[in-house]
Order: sequence, then C-alpha cells, then structure tokens
Amino acid sequence: MASNEEILAGLAEIVNEETGLATEAVELDKSFTEDLDIDSISMMTIVVNAEEKFGVRIPDEEVKNLKTVGDAVNFISNAQA
Amino acid sequence: MARKVVITGLGATTPIGGDVPTMWKNALKGVSGAHTLEDEWVAKYDLPVHFAARCSTPALEVLSRVEAKRMDPSTQFGVIAAREAWADSGITEIDHDRLAVAFATGIGGVWTLLDAWDTLREKGPRRVLPMTVPMLMPNGVAAAVSLDLGARAGAHTPVSACASGTEAMHLGLDLIRSGKADVVVCGGAEAAIHPMPLAAFSSMQALSRRNDDPEHASRPYDRDRDGFVMGEGAGALVLEAEEHAIARGARIYAELAGTSVTADAYHITAPDPEGLGATRALKAAMFDGRIQAEDVVHVNAHATSTPVGDKPEYTALRAALGAHVDNVAVSATKSQMGHLLGASGAVEAVLTVLAVYERRAPLTINLENQDPEIPLDVVTSARTLPAGDIVALSNSFGFGGHNAVIAIRNV
Repeated sequence: MASNEEILAGLAEIVNEETGLATEAVELDKSFTEDLDIDSISMMTIVVNAEEKFGVRIPDEEVKNLKTVGDAVNFISNAQA
Repeated sequence: MARKVVITGLGATTPIGGDVPTMWKNALKGVSGAHTLEDEWVAKYDLPVHFAARCSTPALEVLSRVEAKRMDPSTQFGVIAAREAWADSGITEIDHDRLAVAFATGIGGVWTLLDAWDTLREKGPRRVLPMTVPMLMPNGVAAAVSLDLGARAGAHTPVSACASGTEAMHLGLDLIRSGKADVVVCGGAEAAIHPMPLAAFSSMQALSRRNDDPEHASRPYDRDRDGFVMGEGAGALVLEAEEHAIARGARIYAELAGTSVTADAYHITAPDPEGLGATRALKAAMFDGRIQAEDVVHVNAHATSTPVGDKPEYTALRAALGAHVDNVAVSATKSQMGHLLGASGAVEAVLTVLAVYERRAPLTINLENQDPEIPLDVVTSARTLPAGDIVALSNSFGFGGHNAVIAIRNV
C-alpha cells in the first residue's frame, strides 16, 4: 500500500522515463494530454508501467477516464485498497 | 535533357567513425572497426562467431534517451546520419512539399521485433510496447527521417538486402529527374548485431570465423578470406537538383551522374558466377550517366570478403570496363568497417563522393596475399586520384540477386 504522495512520486518517475518531462512538472491537477502533451501511445506505456510498479490492473476502458494526474493517483490508490 | 542532380550534404555513423570527418580520416588511414563482442549472449547461445563491427559512437551518446526510446536501433543510426547530412547541406529554407526521403534498410527493426517476442513470452501481451509496430516496420527509418526534417514529398524505403542503400540513391535520382522532388535525403541504416541474425548468417556460412583475430577477419580479395564481418550503422546523402543547389549558393561535392538497378534472376543467394547481372548494372549506370570506361578512375567495390562473392564482381568490372579496369583504383572499404548490409551502399556512396571531391581513395586493409584470380589494382596505401574530369563507381549486390550501381562525377 502506497500513500497518495508515494503514488504521485512513482507516477512522476514513470512519466519522466517515458517523456523526459521533469518529475516536478507532474502535478495532481495537470491533464496528461492538455498540459503534459502525452499522446495515446505514451499513455498506454505509462499505464502498463504503473500497473507493474503499483501491482494494480488498469483496464483499457478505464484509461480514457484518467484525464489528470490526480485521476490516475486516485484510481491506483482505490485499486490498491 | 534530364535535370542534373548533385550531392550537397553527407552524414554517417559507422564502426570507424561516428560522423563523416572521423570516418573519412580513418578510411584514409586504414583502421579496423571489428572487435570481439563482450555481450553475454555470445556464450549463452554458443554462437560460432564472436565478433562484429559495432558503431564507434553509441546512438545514445548522440540522441536523447526519450528520443531513442521510440526508435529501433536501426532508425536511431539513420536519424543520426540524416541530421548530419542535412546540417552539412546548409539548407535553411526549403519548400517542404518538394523534399523527399529515400531511406533504405536491409533487415529493419530486428531488435524491436525480437525484444517484443521475448516480452510476449516472458511477461504476456499487456507488456508488449504500444510502439512495437511502428518501431519494427522497415519503413520506420524513412518515416522518422521524414518526420524529423518535415519532408512531405514522399518517404520511401527501397528494400533489396545489401543493395538497399545504393538502390535508395537510384530512387532519389529518379525522384529529382522526374520532377517529383527538388531535394531528396537518401540513405541506408542497419542494426542487426543481434544473436539471431548472427546465427542465421553463420548457418549459411557467410560470416568469417576468425574469432581469434577479428581485426584481420574482413579481408576482401585476400586468398584467405573466409566470410564477411557483420557491421552496423548508417549513411546519408542530400541529393539536390543542380539549379536548386546553385540558386542557394550551396557547396557541391559532386554530381550523381548515373545509377542502375538490375536483377540476376539466377539464385536466391548465390551471385551469378559470371557476374552477368552485375555487368548489366555497371553498363546501365554508365549509359545512364553518359560515361565511357576511360572516364572511370575509382571503384568502391561491394567486396564483402566472402570466398564466392568477390570474384564475380571482378568478372563484371572487367566485362563492363574492358582492359581499362587495370587502370582503376579499387577500394574495398568493408575491410575496415565490415558489412553494414542495407546501410553499406549509403556509407560507401559517402566515401565515393569524398574520394571524387578530395581526389583520394580510401584504403583496403588486410590484403596480404591477393587472390591471383582477382588481379585488380587494389588501393592498400595512400592514393591520389587524377586531376581533370573523373568518375567513380560504387557497387552493391544483395541476396535476391539485386545489383545496384551509382556513378559519381566531379563538378
């Protein structure tokens, strides 16, 4: 079980690895597409890496609902609960 | 009168230099890019060949990590070479609708394909990267170069095994002559130093087994040659309509005077022993460029160092050039950098352009006892090419019976 802060930090590392964005740029209110300029292919890679890192399953149909970094943190947190 | 096509930019990343100046300096000095492979998979699979010629500058020293993540290693090399050629051309403004790409590969994204297969088997389908298909497709390198430079007049990928890079030049010439483009970034890229291709080429007895002495394994025309040495890398050239180059005051290296492509229709891998397809290719390229045998002063030969391959090329050169072949300085640059497969024609085109531009022929190393059946004038020490109007040819032949020749003329 990871805290929301730990999930955010872990996600930021994954986003940095995939896109080169600074980890500090990955904030809860940031939109993956609008603010972070992450395309659908990168998003799928981030999702799969997050699944492995946090030991959760993020169904494909759920990915489109993860609009912001906060959405993803909440989903992972609930899935771990 | 067809449009005249000139070469205004050069790029390369190879086992003997990560850029054109370094490669050219080494090509004139005579060095070997072949070394023992330190990878664990050599012992793990008990490969019969323990060495290859890796690029001297790893792609990750040039590209950012994030940029490289979305490219197969072959595409990484291609983009590095294309960027160098583009910068070298000095083109700053261009009508992007008139800029095309003709970038070849022999094998394509073999690392990506086999890594994805390993991932599927070990971790399941969900872990197979979403970028797998665009990374493994053979047109991946042409597409990446097109994307990088904003080339919108078509991005083409000639695939003809080890003739691919030279066939890209043939296509580029046609695109400009026919008016479909004003500038074409041509090239070839390959990254197949992976255990599977090494095993496969070994199975067909194509690779040298000189495991105890890799630096001397690639020895075209030598009596004791026993196969080629696998290389990797990319070469790139900016072809430009002459009037386009003159209008912007470009530095012009040379003219791409003529090209040709023929097919043996003889055997899937063995060259026609009489070199008939290669002869037709040489004659066709010379006809295309209005070139007489006496104009030719230098040949960058295909010369891979296989026992069966080197001789038919000599037969073809004699058939196409007649007695004048004895006056031609022949360089077998695979002796230095190994065989870059689909990239070899592009890298050798760069070397041939520089030979004409600087009037110096690159060296052939490891020629200790020249095969008496191949009495060519092989360049083994510093050689100046004559003054006046000159032509140099570069040959490439590929599995499938593909023959491609380009002719470079001074300007």
